Amino acid sequence: MSELLRLEKVTVRFGGLVAVSEVDFHVAEGELVGLIGPNGAGKTTLFNLVTGVYTPTTGRICLGGREVDGLNSSEITGMGVARTFQNIRLFNSLSVLDNVIAAFNLHLESGFFGALWRGAAFRAQEAQIQEEAMALLEIFGLREAAHTPCRSLPYGDQRRLEIVRALATRPKLLLLDEPAAGMNPTEKIELMRLIRFTQERFKLAVLLVEHDMKVVMGICERIAVLEYGRKIAEGTPTEIQKDKRVIAAYLGEEVADA
Amino acid sequence: MNEFLQQLINGLSLGAVYALIALGYTMVYGVLRFINFAHGDVFMVGAFSGMYFGRWLKPFAAAWPEWLFASVVLLGSMLFCAVLGIVIERLAYKPLRERPRLTVLITAIGVSLLLEYAGQLVFGAAPRGFPSLITSTSISGLGGLQASNIQLIVLVVTSLLLLGLHLIVMRSRLGLAMRALSLNPTAARLMGVNTNVVISFTFGLGSALAAAGAVFYASLYQAIDPFMGVLPGMKAFVAAVLGGVGSLPGAMVGGLILGVVETLVVGYSKLLGIPPGYRDAVAFVILILILLFKPSGLFGKTQREKV
Amino acid sequence: MGPRFLLLLSIAAVSLVSFLFTGHPQASWPLGQMDDYLLNILILAGINVILAVSLNIVNGHTGQFSLGHAGFMAVGAYGSATLTQINSKACLASLAFLGNAAPLGLFVLSLLAGGVLAALAGLAVGLPSLRLKGDYLAIVTLGFGEIIRVMIQNTEALGGARGLAGIPSQTSLGWTWGVSLLSIYCVGSLVNSTYGRGFLAVRDDEIAAEAMGVNTTRYKVTAFVVGAFFAGLAGALYAHFIGYITPEGFSFLKSVDVVVMVILGGMGSTAGVTVAAIALTFLNEALREAEQYRMVAFALLLIILMITRPQGLLGGLGRWLPGKGGKS
Ligand SMILES: Nc1ncnc2c1ncn2[C@@H]1O[C@H](COP(=O)(O)OP(=O)(O)OP(=O)(O)O)[C@@H](O)[C@H]1O
Ligand SMILES: [Mg+2]
Repeated sequence: MSELLRLEKVTVRFGGLVAVSEVDFHVAEGELVGLIGPNGAGKTTLFNLVTGVYTPTTGRICLGGREVDGLNSSEITGMGVARTFQNIRLFNSLSVLDNVIAAFNLHLESGFFGALWRGAAFRAQEAQIQEEAMALLEIFGLREAAHTPCRSLPYGDQRRLEIVRALATRPKLLLLDEPAAGMNPTEKIELMRLIRFTQERFKLAVLLVEHDMKVVMGICERIAVLEYGRKIAEGTPTEIQKDKRVIAAYLGEEVADA
Repeated sequence: MNEFLQQLINGLSLGAVYALIALGYTMVYGVLRFINFAHGDVFMVGAFSGMYFGRWLKPFAAAWPEWLFASVVLLGSMLFCAVLGIVIERLAYKPLRERPRLTVLITAIGVSLLLEYAGQLVFGAAPRGFPSLITSTSISGLGGLQASNIQLIVLVVTSLLLLGLHLIVMRSRLGLAMRALSLNPTAARLMGVNTNVVISFTFGLGSALAAAGAVFYASLYQAIDPFMGVLPGMKAFVAAVLGGVGSLPGAMVGGLILGVVETLVVGYSKLLGIPPGYRDAVAFVILILILLFKPSGLFGKTQREKV
Repeated sequence: MGPRFLLLLSIAAVSLVSFLFTGHPQASWPLGQMDDYLLNILILAGINVILAVSLNIVNGHTGQFSLGHAGFMAVGAYGSATLTQINSKACLASLAFLGNAAPLGLFVLSLLAGGVLAALAGLAVGLPSLRLKGDYLAIVTLGFGEIIRVMIQNTEALGGARGLAGIPSQTSLGWTWGVSLLSIYCVGSLVNSTYGRGFLAVRDDEIAAEAMGVNTTRYKVTAFVVGAFFAGLAGALYAHFIGYITPEGFSFLKSVDVVVMVILGGMGSTAGVTVAAIALTFLNEALREAEQYRMVAFALLLIILMITRPQGLLGGLGRWLPGKGGKS
C-alpha cells in the first residue's frame, strides 16, 4: 500500500504553547486510523496542520510524497484531503443540498463563463452534480432533507452532512473530527457502519479523531495517541488498550475529572 | 535642517490630534472588537460643543486668566462628548452585542451619518469660526525656529492627557477591568468584571480624548464644520492600525508618525514630486502598505483564528 | 432556464430599440411621450440598479464589505469621458468608417472602456484587500475610493477639482435599462450555479469553504472585479447622462448611498436590491426639497433597521438565493 500522508517531526507553537510537538506519523491508502488523546492534546490542531489552516513551526508534512508547505487549504483539498470540523462549520445560509453542491467546486469543468453562458455543457454538468450530491445524501439518509436549510437539521444530521460535504470533494483521505459527538448510542453504531461503508465504497483512507472509545476501538485498524502535543503511543487497538502510558494519560484525566 | 524642524513641529501637533482620536478607536476595538465608525463624528461634536460652550462661557469668564478659561472649555467639551459616547453605545451598539460584526459596522455607519447630517441641521453646513481660547503668539526658538504657542500647548496638554490615560488604564480598577476584558472577555466576565460598566467607561474615555483632540484641532485650524470629522477620523483609524489596533502606545506613536509624515509630504512636495493635493491620500497609502506588509501594526500581536 | 431566456430576450429587445433610436439619444421609448422629469428619474433609477446589484455581489453574496463603490464608478465615468469628451475628435476620426454611427460606436466603446478600466481598478483593490475582513476591509476600500478621488482631483487633464463638462449626453433609457438587465442577469446567473455557490460559501464560512476546495482568494477577487466592472459601466452611463462630472460627485457619500440600497434590499437578494434601488431613487427625488432631513432619516432608518431587521426591509424577496441573506 502506498503512503498518502506523512508527518515528520511536526511541531506547532502558539505563543508559548506547544500544541503539537515533534510528531511523526503516517497514513497509507485505504487505512482506517484512529487518533485519540485527552482534551487539548492537539488532535484538532494536527488536522489543521494537515489541511493547511496552520503551518508547522518546524517539521514537514507530505501528501503523496509532495511537501505541502505553503499551500492553501483549497489546494490541499485538491490533492485529495477532505475534513469535517469538530465545531460544525456548515454554510449556514445554504440548503442541505447546496452545502454539498458547494463542495463540488474543485471538479467544475465550466466555471465563471459557463455559469454566464449557461450552454448545454454547463447544464449537463449542473444536472450531473445535482444527481451525485443527491446520491451522497441518500447514503447518509439526508435525501429527504435536501431542500431544507441546513441550520434546521438536528445536530447529528449536521455532523453527517459535514461528512457528505467532505465526500463531495472526492477525497483519498478523509479526516473526521469527532463525528460521533452528541450522537446517541444507536446513531453511533449507524455512524460506524457508514464510515466503514464509505471507506470501502470510495476506497478512502480515514483518519478518525473520536473520544468515544467504543467507536475508535471498534473500527480502527491502527491508533495513535497524543498527549500534550506528543505522540505517546501507536499500535493496534489491543496494543493501545494495554499501553501503560495511554492508561496513565486517560486515568490521569479521569482522576482530574472526578 | 531648520525647515525640517519646523515641519516636524507642525507635524507633531497635528499628530497629537490624530493620536488622541486613534486612542478611542483602539480602546473600543480592544473591548468590543469593532471599529467605531462614528468616532470621527464624535470628534466633530467635540469641536462644536467647545465652540458653543466657549461662546457661552466667555462673558462669565472675562476676569479669568486665559489658561483657566481654555481648560474649562476643554474639560466641558470632553465631558459632553464622554456622555455622548456612552449614550451612543447604549442606544445603538449595546442591542447588537451578540450580532454579526457586519451588523454592528453598518449601525456605526448609520450613527456616523446621523451625527453628520443632524450636525448639518443644527450647526448649518457652512464652516464656522472657532473662538480663540488662547491668544495666539509666535514663539521663536533656536536658530529662528518658529512655533505658535498653541502648537506647543497642544503638545504639552496632549502629553498630560496621555499620562492621565496611562494612570487610569494601569492603576485604576476600571482600567484593570478594561485590560482584562480586552485580553479575555469570557474569563473577565467569569471573574466578575461588569462588562456593561467597562464598555461604557471605555466609550466615555475614548470620546473625551477625541473631544480634546477636536478642541486642539479647532484651535490650530480655526474653522469647523459638520463633516470635519470624516477625514481626521479615517486618518486616526489609520494611525491606530499603524500602531497595531488594540495597543495604546501603538495608537500614540501611530498618530504622531502619521501627522509628521503627512506634514512632511506636503512640506517637501516639490522635492518628492508629489503634488500637495495628495495630502489626504498619504494616510490611505500608508494604511494599504501596513496591511500588506505588517497587518498587526508596529505594536500589535498577530492572532490566529482557532478552528 | 425560463427566466434567463426571458432576460436575454429583453436585453436584446432593449438594445435593439436603443439602436433604432440612435438619432434621438434621449428618445423616450417605450412609454411614448414621457415628460423629461420622469424620464430622468427612470434613467437614474436604472443606473442605481446597476450600482446596487453589482455592489451586492461583493457585499451580499460574497460577504465582503466594500465602501468604495463610488471610486469604481468614478473610474468608469472618467475613463469613458476620456474617449468621448477629452479625445473625442481623434476617437471619432478613427471610427470614421462607421459613418453616421460613429458617435454611437464611440459611445459603446467608451462604455466598455469605462467598465474594463473599473474592473482593473477592482483587481487592484481586490488583491491587496484579500487578507482583510469586515470593518478593516470596509475602511481600506473606503480609502481606495478616496485615493481614486484625490488622484482625479489632482489630474489637470481630467479637469481637476473643477470637473469635466460637455460630455455628450448619449445615455438613453434603453441603454440604461439594457445594461441594468444585463447586470441583473450576470450576477443572478453567476450566483445561481455550482460555480456561484462558491461566493456564498465564502460568505458563510471562509475556512470551511477553503476546506471544501473553494479558492476563496479567487472568488473574492472575482467578486470585486465583476462588481467594479458594472460600477464602471454605471459610471460611464451616468457621465453620458448628466454631461458634467466632478470628483466630489463620487465621494464616500455616494458609496454609502449604494450601500444603503443594498442593505435595505437585503444583502444577497438581487430582486430585493433592485426594488430598493428603484424605490430609493424615487424617494430621493420626492425628498429633494428636504435634502437635509432625508439623510437624517436614512441614518436613523439604517440604525433602527440593523437593530430590528438586519436582513433588510425587502430581505427574503430574492429568488436567486435560497434563504435570507442577513449574515456577515
Ligand atoms: N489558534 C490557536 N491559538 C492558540 N492556541 C491554540 C490554537 N488552536 C489550538 N490551540 C491550543 O492548542 C491546544 C491543542 O488544541 P486542540 O484543539 O488541537 O486539542 P484537541 O486534542 O482537539 O482537544 P479536544 O479533544 O478538546 O478537541 C489547546 O491547548 C488549544 O487551546
Ligand atoms: Mg479537537
